[in-house]
Amino acid sequence: MKFEGKRKIWSDYQKEIADDKFYYVRSCIRQNIWPGSENTYLRVMRDVLGKDVYESEHHTTCTGIGYHTEVVPLDTLQTVVARNFSLMKDSGYENYNPSCVTSFGIYTEIFDTWHHFPEEKEKARKFLKEATGREFEIPKNLAHTSDVIYKFRNEIAAKAKYKFINKHTGKPLKVVDHIGCHYAKMFPAKGIGGAEYPYVLAGLVEAWGGEVIDYPERRHCCGFGFRQYLVKANRGYSIAASKKKFESMEPFKPDFIITNCPGCNYFLDRWQYALAEMDGKTYGGEGYGIPVLTYEEAAGLVCGIDPWEMGMQMHQVSVEPLLDKIGVEYDKSKKFKGKNGEDLGKPELPNNLKFCE
Amino acid sequence: MNKIVAVIGGGVAGLETSIQLEKLGYKVNLYEKDSELGGHAGKWDRLFPNRRHATEVIDSLTSRIKDKVQINLVATVNQIKRENGSFLVEANGKSQKADAIVLTTGFELFPASKKEEYGYGIFDNVITSAELEKMFADHGKPQSTTGKTPEKIAIIHCVGSRDEKVNRPYCSKVCCVTAVKQAIEIKEAIPTAEVYCFYMDLRMFGPGYEDLYKEAQVKGVNFIRGRLSETSEMEGSRVLIKAEDTLSSKPLKMTVDMVVLMVGMSPLPSTEKILKDLELSPNNDGFVQVKDYHLEPTHTKAEGVFVAGACTGPNNITDSVNAAHSAALEVHKYLTSK
Repeated sequence: MKFEGKRKIWSDYQKEIADDKFYYVRSCIRQNIWPGSENTYLRVMRDVLGKDVYESEHHTTCTGIGYHTEVVPLDTLQTVVARNFSLMKDSGYENYNPSCVTSFGIYTEIFDTWHHFPEEKEKARKFLKEATGREFEIPKNLAHTSDVIYKFRNEIAAKAKYKFINKHTGKPLKVVDHIGCHYAKMFPAKGIGGAEYPYVLAGLVEAWGGEVIDYPERRHCCGFGFRQYLVKANRGYSIAASKKKFESMEPFKPDFIITNCPGCNYFLDRWQYALAEMDGKTYGGEGYGIPVLTYEEAAGLVCGIDPWEMGMQMHQVSVEPLLDKIGVEYDKSKKFKGKNGEDLGKPELPNNLKFCE
Repeated sequence: MNKIVAVIGGGVAGLETSIQLEKLGYKVNLYEKDSELGGHAGKWDRLFPNRRHATEVIDSLTSRIKDKVQINLVATVNQIKRENGSFLVEANGKSQKADAIVLTTGFELFPASKKEEYGYGIFDNVITSAELEKMFADHGKPQSTTGKTPEKIAIIHCVGSRDEKVNRPYCSKVCCVTAVKQAIEIKEAIPTAEVYCFYMDLRMFGPGYEDLYKEAQVKGVNFIRGRLSETSEMEGSRVLIKAEDTLSSKPLKMTVDMVVLMVGMSPLPSTEKILKDLELSPNNDGFVQVKDYHLEPTHTKAEGVFVAGACTGPNNITDSVNAAHSAALEVHKYLTSK
């Protein structure tokens, strides 16, 4: 591997990311499956980095999942997006900051569509006006939340309580970075590092002491793939795609996986359980599987935020072996306690995938 | 006759043009931006279709101009100006008069790193056809980065040719036969090697090309009709490739020791400045636009400016030599009628 070659590509694919005053928009699904990640982003941005991040309670879905599964037509998508932009206009903020990779892809696609087909933009303007009386402006800057964490990765590193270094061996942790397909595969110039060798998460891992693994199926879909999963009959494709990735990364013995997409987080985590139940096989971690972290959780761990406050007990693959490698302090007894100390109850144990109770 | 002709570019076309013009009695100023004459062919090991050594051809050309032509090496032409019915050619701060210009600036090899998915410049054992030629010249056979002899090699056709994604929609003409030649050479150098050519079509248009293709098949080269989708590096710097076998309509995955990219011909960026000086336009593919593709293929629309070789588009050596002859005659007609 010639790292200078990768660095050349990484330097070719950089983009402008705002410094401050972000208009933050949440994902539709992340709060259900990774409930602490988005809150962790806000904590890191506001409390650690001192940034101004605003969010509106009126913001809605971008309709991306519906659009990509062909149940939401383009006109509807554009009008809903135009409404979200109109809410940003009301707030006085200009730097649009979506948490979801699918949404980021949707906004990128719409900007490109409106650039090449300005009549589509005018149509969206007209529909929005007719439906809501609202008007919108195009954001001055569009950056995915992982872009923003990438931008401030060195500031975070400077304040880090922990690093991605195995405290027992002193060696960098081996990390698989998995990038959501809609981050840069459609518009490579809009992603840090481009589509083939994305740097957005690799940059975080490097800055925080870890070592990124380049494995053969690195570019492959996580298994969500929308129709692969949403159409029930296709779910075999979904789990087969995930299995292909796990088989490919297994020989490199990753300590954890980091992703920047809600779907990827979910499928790379949950399918490890399903594969263990189906095949009896677990990947790495002496039967515990490979922990899957969001980039916010990764940033939060580095900054010393309590893993249970970040909702890491909601992972299917236990994170404790990873926390122990890094040396993160945590209280085992609080894993299944709620915010106010109430008992959340323990999940049923899987048959094959080991789980830290 | 005291007329001076500036020939810009010292590859095959520039050398042959210079030889012919000198024979016709003209003073020739040959400008070459590199430190050696011969262009791309000068860096090649052996040539298709008969696999003669490239040095034979280049040495023959250079020996015929020695002491007869003013050779300016490491001479990048920065500006060409018209002045009193002739030209002033400026290279390296020195201006020289010319009564006519012949552009033989050639091409550049497609920068393979632009096909990011193929991993050139990133994965150790992904090389170009030009680098394979150098391996043959230096070692007589391909070598992986660890110095090991590769046992399984994939040759990828049409890298930077017939590919709209990288803005190279045209065919580079010579890559198919080069791939077949190199595949045979690999099999000869390493008889146990498995060699796979991934192609779209095999365009064997020249004399002896089909014979080479047949020879390759007899020698056991595997031809798979399908384009590569991506490469990845495995442990030990082996390369995993993915493609589609379009004849069996099946996806294909294979681990090889080496991937050789058949890089096509791209317009040379520095020619663009010369064209601007001469108020000429490139053609749709970015090469020099000739005046009439069928009837005046060595003329340009600018008076006194002629053209030969691969700066007009992908060419093989024979085409370049023919064009050089034609351009020299056209220059002669132009200067004698002036």
